Amino acid sequence: MLLRGSAGDDGAKLNRDQSSYVRAVGRAVITGFQQWGSAFILLGRIVLSLRHLPRQFEQVVLQMMAMGVHSLPVVVFSAVFTGMVAAVQAAYQMQGLVPSIWLGTGICRAILTELGPVLTALVVAGRVGSGIAAELGTMKVTEQIDALETMAVDPVEHLVMPRFVAGAVMSPVLTIFANFIALIGGWLVAVLSVGITTQVYLDGLRFHFHTRDLMGGIIKSIFFGVIIATSGCFHGFAAEGGAAGVGRAATKAVVAAAVMILIFDYIVSAWIFR
Amino acid sequence: MIQIQGLNKSFNGKKVLDGVDLEVRTGETMVIIGTSGCGKSVLLRHIIGLMRPDRGSVSVDGTELNRIGKRDLYQLRKRFGMLFQGSALFDSLSVEDNVALGLRQHTALTREEIGEKVESKLGMVGMAGSGKLMPAELSGGMKKRVGLARALSMDPEYVLYDEPTTGLDPISADRINDLMAGLQEKLRITSVVVTHDMVSAGRVADRIAMLHQGRIIFCGTPQEIKKSPDERIQRFIRGEAD
Ligand SMILES: Nc1ncnc2c1ncn2[C@@H]1O[C@H](COP(=O)(O)OP(=O)(O)O)[C@@H](O)[C@H]1O
Ligand SMILES: [Mg+2]
Repeated sequence: MLLRGSAGDDGAKLNRDQSSYVRAVGRAVITGFQQWGSAFILLGRIVLSLRHLPRQFEQVVLQMMAMGVHSLPVVVFSAVFTGMVAAVQAAYQMQGLVPSIWLGTGICRAILTELGPVLTALVVAGRVGSGIAAELGTMKVTEQIDALETMAVDPVEHLVMPRFVAGAVMSPVLTIFANFIALIGGWLVAVLSVGITTQVYLDGLRFHFHTRDLMGGIIKSIFFGVIIATSGCFHGFAAEGGAAGVGRAATKAVVAAAVMILIFDYIVSAWIFR
Repeated sequence: MIQIQGLNKSFNGKKVLDGVDLEVRTGETMVIIGTSGCGKSVLLRHIIGLMRPDRGSVSVDGTELNRIGKRDLYQLRKRFGMLFQGSALFDSLSVEDNVALGLRQHTALTREEIGEKVESKLGMVGMAGSGKLMPAELSGGMKKRVGLARALSMDPEYVLYDEPTTGLDPISADRINDLMAGLQEKLRITSVVVTHDMVSAGRVADRIAMLHQGRIIFCGTPQEIKKSPDERIQRFIRGEAD
């Protein structure tokens, strides 16, 4: 009796759990669609506001400074080590299989097509994406965004579009820079630790250099810059509920940007490197 | 004239405004009172189109906000000034730039003309000479006054105040009340003031409306509200809990 009673309870509980689970999943799916919908609406509004680019020029330059110039130290730092790791890995993978002339080739292609753009984007997402979300999120929760609206000043044109443009421009610039620094990092390891000469390393770089590798990586980085800025702005504008809400917005902006960067890395790679 | 008809608004299934009807006549100061969280700010946000009604309408001089596009809405907003509860000053801009923003965006005035205008608005709220300060350097009362100067920068026909005296010491609150009363005397601005401060309401109101459980349960002059037999109103005026 006791046993059956408790089994019945469990059954009911299970049913309830299931239906609340289904409801939770349903809600999550709907919220997901709503989020994507509003993100695309934001993207549309940004594109429309691009025609006001000339009169926001000052803001764009300011944002480029904030995103690009101030990101240089961390980008340089991560690029050196990226290049060094690429060299160590290339030497290890090729050990006894491939002549060392190919070392430079392998490093170069890995850096230009993948490591440079993606790792730079991830580092910049952490620094810039969170910064944008925190700044706009604070403006949102303190009603500064609403204040702009009431003053008939379009927040998308004044706050979002300059960051969007700066992201799209500075991400490739930082990537080119990172590529260069990473190749130097690779050279350091190749010469000091693997033991090939500078001439062999440089010959390897030149040997199979394709402009498509370089351009493909740069095109990727433009997408990444757009993703970082849009994610930061979107989550910043969606911030709600004081300081904690701003913190959540910053986290979401970085996580969303990182995931989107990896997804677009695949999409753009599959499209360009065929 | 602002006309609000049958305004409904819910958040996550919770009804905040449940058929609000209200008319604000040109040149008058309408004070909306009500307990915290009863939807006063939500009502004010509908008047300037920051929120869209679920049902019902808001019209300004016969133009229904819900029926116009963004461009016309922005055009209409230029005739409004709004003072936010937390002042909402742009914290990356100096006091001067805060007040000048609207003028720079929407007028063809020269730099000097804008400078003069900003200084005169700051003078009006008793903040002359503090244009170079940053919002972080100001006290709550000073922020409110700069917010007011910013709201007035474009010489609006309508000014919306969201709890202009809440959180201020009595002296600062009195100063804001003086400013509001002075503005309506001198400039004949149409004002909507949202507050739960009965002293302030008595000082500035031509008419008082009380928002309660999503509806306007009373609308009349300050003398009339004192005589209202409605127990909910009397309790609010006396500051008693239910
Ligand atoms: N953007 C929003 N999203 C969800 N709920 C909201 C929003 N704005 C206001 N509310 C809710 O509406 C109610 C009224 O809020 P408000 O108008 O700010 O009250 P007050 O009368 O104190 O100004 C509150 O319960 C608040 O939680
Ligand atoms: Mg409020």
